[in-house]
Amino acid sequence: MLKVEDINVYYGNIQALKGVTLEINQGEIVTLIGANGAGKSTLLKTISGLLKPKNGQVLYEGKSIGGKQAQAIVKQGISHVPEGRRVFANMTVQENLELGAFLRKDKAGMKEDMERVYVLFPRLLERLKQQAGTLSGGEQQMLAMGRALMARPKLLLLDEPSMGLAPLLVKTIFRIIEEINATGTTILLVEQNANLALSIADRAYVVETGRIVLAGTAEELTSSEKVKMAYLGGH
Amino acid sequence: MELFQQLVNGISLGSIYALIALGYTMVYGIVKLINFAHGDVFMVGAFIGFYSITVLDLSFFPALLISMAACAVFGVIIERIAYKPLRNATRIAALITAIGVSLMIENGMIFIRGAQLEAYPTNLLPSENIDIFGVSIKSQSLLILGVSLVLMMILQIIVHKTKIGKAMRAVSYDAEAAKLMGINVNNTISATFAIGSALAGAAGVIFGTYYIKIEPLMGVLPGLKAFVAAVLGGIGIIPGAMVGGLLLGLIEALVSAAGFSLWRDAAAFVVLILILIFLPQGLFGKNKREKV
Ligand SMILES: Nc1ncnc2c1ncn2[C@@H]1O[C@H](COP(=O)(O)OP(=O)(O)O)[C@@H](O)[C@H]1O
Ligand SMILES: [Mg+2]
Repeated sequence: MLKVEDINVYYGNIQALKGVTLEINQGEIVTLIGANGAGKSTLLKTISGLLKPKNGQVLYEGKSIGGKQAQAIVKQGISHVPEGRRVFANMTVQENLELGAFLRKDKAGMKEDMERVYVLFPRLLERLKQQAGTLSGGEQQMLAMGRALMARPKLLLLDEPSMGLAPLLVKTIFRIIEEINATGTTILLVEQNANLALSIADRAYVVETGRIVLAGTAEELTSSEKVKMAYLGGH
Repeated sequence: MELFQQLVNGISLGSIYALIALGYTMVYGIVKLINFAHGDVFMVGAFIGFYSITVLDLSFFPALLISMAACAVFGVIIERIAYKPLRNATRIAALITAIGVSLMIENGMIFIRGAQLEAYPTNLLPSENIDIFGVSIKSQSLLILGVSLVLMMILQIIVHKTKIGKAMRAVSYDAEAAKLMGINVNNTISATFAIGSALAGAAGVIFGTYYIKIEPLMGVLPGLKAFVAAVLGGIGIIPGAMVGGLLLGLIEALVSAAGFSLWRDAAAFVVLILILIFLPQGLFGKNKREKV
C-alpha cells in the first residue's frame, strides 16, 4: 500500500532522515519505535506531505506522492494525527470533526462517519458543543483521531497517541486503534511505549538517529535482545 | 442635544474604523503581519467609488459593491506579489515590505491622477433630520451605521457558517494542522486578504459619502487609527476589531464634545499607549496557554 524508498529529509541543513526505507501492507498495523529525536515524526510528516524528501520516493498505491501538497495526499486517503493532537482549541468539538471532512462532498457518507466516530468515542458526542480547548488531554486525543477518521482514510498515521495520558486511558485508546484497524483502516503507529505498540502491531521498525536499524514482525522484535535492552526496559 | 448628535457621529466614524480594523485583524490573525498598506486600500476604495459615481454615473450601493470587488482583487494581488514570497521571512522584513507597498500605492495614485482633492457628490444619500425620542439625527449617519453593521454581520456569517470561514479560522489557529485537514492554506490566506480589502473598500466609499473630500494620502490617518482600534480590541480577534473601532470613534467624539477637538487625533494614540502599557492583549484578548 505504502512504500518509502531511501528517502533523505532535511530541516535546513540538518539531516533528520537518512536513507529510510519501509513498507506498509494493506490492513496492517505497523509501528515505528525509537527514542526522542530519532526522526519518527519527521517520517510521518514526510508521508503526509508536510515535509518534502530531498531525494528518494514515497509511493502510495503505486503512485509517487513524495513532495505533493498535504491536501492532495489527504484526498488520496492518508490522514495524519499529529504529535500533540493539534486540535483547533478555539472551535467546538463538532466544528473540529467537520474540518476533518473538509474535502468531502458526500453528505450521507459524512453523516455515517460522524455516527461511527460517536460510536468509537462516545465522550465526543457528549461534548459536541464544547470548545476543543476545554477538553482533557485524553479527550483531545480522541478528537484528533475522530477528526482524522472523518476524512475516511485508508491509511491512518498516528503520532504518539498515548503521550501524557493516564495508563487506563492509554489502554482505551489502543483498544480503539485495534477497532479502527479491524474495520479495514491500515495504521502506521509511532510510539514511545514500545511494549504496548508491539502488543497490537503486526510489524515494527526501530528508528535511531534518522535511520531504520531494525525491522521485523512484532514477535521478532519483542523477543530481540537489542529491542528488549533499549526499548522494553531490559526485561 | 448637541451631545447626542456628537455620539451618533462618533459611532458612525467608529464604524468606518471598525471596517478598516477588521482587515488589519483578520490578516494579522492568519499571517501575523501588520499590513500597513491596508489604509491605502481604503483610499483606493474611496477613489474607485468616486469614479464609479462620477464617471459611470452609478448610485451609492452599486458604487459600494464595485469598490468592494475591485479592492478584493487588489488585496489579493498585493498579497501574492508582495507578501507571499516572504511567508517564511523574518517579521521585520515583511513589515518593511508592507510599509514599502503603502508608499508605492500612495505615490502610484499621485502619479496616475495627481495629488489634488476630489469631492464626492453631496446628494448620494438622503440627508434629512430624523427625530428619535425628540432628538434629531442626520439620516446619513444612520444609513452609514446601518450599512457598516450589515457588512459586519455578513462577515460574522462568513467566518462562522461557511466553509471558507472555517478554513480561515483553522489556518489562523494552526496552519500545519489545517493542511492536514486538506485545507489549501495559500488560497485561504488570499481569501482573507480579499475579504479584508473588500471591507476597506466599502469603508472608503462610506467615508467619501460622509466626509466628502478624498485625496491620495487620506488613508494614512484612518489606517493608523484603525490599527489602534484593532489593537484596542485585541489584534487577531474579529469582534475585538468591531468593538475597538466603535469605541475609538466614540472616544474621539467625546474628546471633541468636551471642547478639545484639536486633540481628537491625538486621542487615538493616547489610547494606543495606554493599551500597550496596561492591557497589551487588548479588550478581547486572552493570555494564551498551551495545554499539554
Ligand atoms: N522543525 C525542526 N527544525 C529543525 N530540526 C528539527 C525540527 N523538527 C525536528 N527536528 C530535528 O529532527 C530530528 C528528528 O526529530 P523528530 O522527527 O521530531 O523525532 P521523534 O519524533 O522521533 O522524536 C531531531 O534531531 C530534531 O531535533
Ligand atoms: Mg515525535
